[in-house]
Amino acid sequence: MSQIKIIALKEFKDYFISPIAYIVIALFLIVVGWFFFSTFFIYSRADLRDFFALLPMVFSFFVPALTMRLFAEEKNVGSYETLLTMPVSFVHIALGKFFAATLFTCTMLVPTLSYPIFISLIGDLDWGPVAGGYIGAVFLAGAYCAIGLFASALTRNQIIAFIIGCALCFTLTIINRMLFFMPSEIVAVIEYFGANTHFANFSKGILDTRDILYFISLISIFLFSTHLVMQEKN
Amino acid sequence: MIEIQDLTKYYNDFCAVDHISLSVRPGEILGLLGPNGAGKTTTLRMLTGYFKPTSGQILVKDLHMPEHTLTIKALMGYLPESAPLYHNMLVYDYLSYVARLKGLKDPARQLERLHTLADLCGLSGIMHKPIVTLSKGLKQRVGLAHAMMTDPEILILDEPTSGLDPNQIAEIRSIIRQIGQRKTVIFSTHILSEAEATCDRIVIINKGKVVADDTTTRLKQGALQNNLIRLALKGPDVKTACQFLADMNLNLSVSALTPDMEDQVRVEIQGPPDRDVRSDIYLKIKETDWIIMELTKETQALEHIFQKLTRENT
Repeated sequence: MSQIKIIALKEFKDYFISPIAYIVIALFLIVVGWFFFSTFFIYSRADLRDFFALLPMVFSFFVPALTMRLFAEEKNVGSYETLLTMPVSFVHIALGKFFAATLFTCTMLVPTLSYPIFISLIGDLDWGPVAGGYIGAVFLAGAYCAIGLFASALTRNQIIAFIIGCALCFTLTIINRMLFFMPSEIVAVIEYFGANTHFANFSKGILDTRDILYFISLISIFLFSTHLVMQEKN
Repeated sequence: MIEIQDLTKYYNDFCAVDHISLSVRPGEILGLLGPNGAGKTTTLRMLTGYFKPTSGQILVKDLHMPEHTLTIKALMGYLPESAPLYHNMLVYDYLSYVARLKGLKDPARQLERLHTLADLCGLSGIMHKPIVTLSKGLKQRVGLAHAMMTDPEILILDEPTSGLDPNQIAEIRSIIRQIGQRKTVIFSTHILSEAEATCDRIVIINKGKVVADDTTTRLKQGALQNNLIRLALKGPDVKTACQFLADMNLNLSVSALTPDMEDQVRVEIQGPPDRDVRSDIYLKIKETDWIIMELTKETQALEHIFQKLTRENT
């Protein structure tokens, strides 16, 4: 446990040593802020539904950008060898990096807490869906970080890791908007695979175990796959 | 201390390490020698648990490798080739991260160890510099401090002096010798003088196989007993020179070498083990009008053995 914590803290600090953290956070806030507030006053509704509706799409580009370096850079520089020959196991490394990336993505969301505070001042805000939305956002961040981590473990090239990560996250995000292309028999199954549907439930303020289980499964599957890739590459 | 049995590693169809068996005693400085691509790094990587062997066994202090990898890793300090480190970190941050990962969690003990290592490896002035700004030699020293963090019983260094200037090489070597007085050290190199100066025992690897394994002194003695003489002559052609030497009836085996100058003949003569034949050769050549340009006894014993062993197998 402590090995995971040490690795996670190191990786988390790493984001702030380089300019990555500041650039990504700024860019995230500009993109999300613009898309959310550009239509917010037209509808004049005091909720964050549109903000949460944006998140899966925005995350599917931002999260792979954060995770692409986690393994690819280490392999490229060679520090992966130094890390693996210390008394740590694959599990420690994968989980440590996963928690660091998820924690950073959550940190990225912290400034957006000013949105509900600001909205509650000008209107009657229902805090239930807001809390649900943020809980869902943590699960969504975790799932996309696990996918990004898996993509990064596949290659030593950060750009390839980013593209693979984006492709996987983007697919999960848009899959339930593609349902009309699918044969009607499997629509329900495909719909279940989409991250958007499950996340939407959270942002309505519903904490359904099915949705929680979906995200936990997604995280587990991709962390396990990362573990397999690490083993296979050695 | 370390037992390696029939260790083999295939990269797809390419056999990088071919049934290597080795045993390293406690307190020994073992030099792993071999030309580039001989399988030194692969062997060390398997020993440190970074690579999984295709087949074979590794035992460290009677612990088997795949089952007890974490315990074995904790016993070892490893410096990979060209010391890959986290470039964006400060030396101090990096070393304290390594200390924590290696189980040195108490801040006071950690600080004390960092001080000791900074003195030993000459890092005191650079503790607060980012690793990316360090020269190759300094990075190598940080890597060495990394490897020695928990004062491990076994130290494995992969080409610790490659790419360094002569002063840095001398420094790193003296550090290795200093550590080697108390620890088991395995290091790989392709520089012979380095192995000769530092190691108790030398293992030469070529094409993934062990081709020599003996103490440094015995390997050198063995080579010197070969009584190898180099002779360069101005005057005769190769054929005449070889015939001339063979006619001396001293039981010499002569082989031609590439001469340094076009008008010279250069040969390598292997004399009988119990006699220095240089005087005989000189007296005999004195009778002719040939000019002796070189008549030397081989002293670079290891180099010769190395060349012989690694060429025979190519």
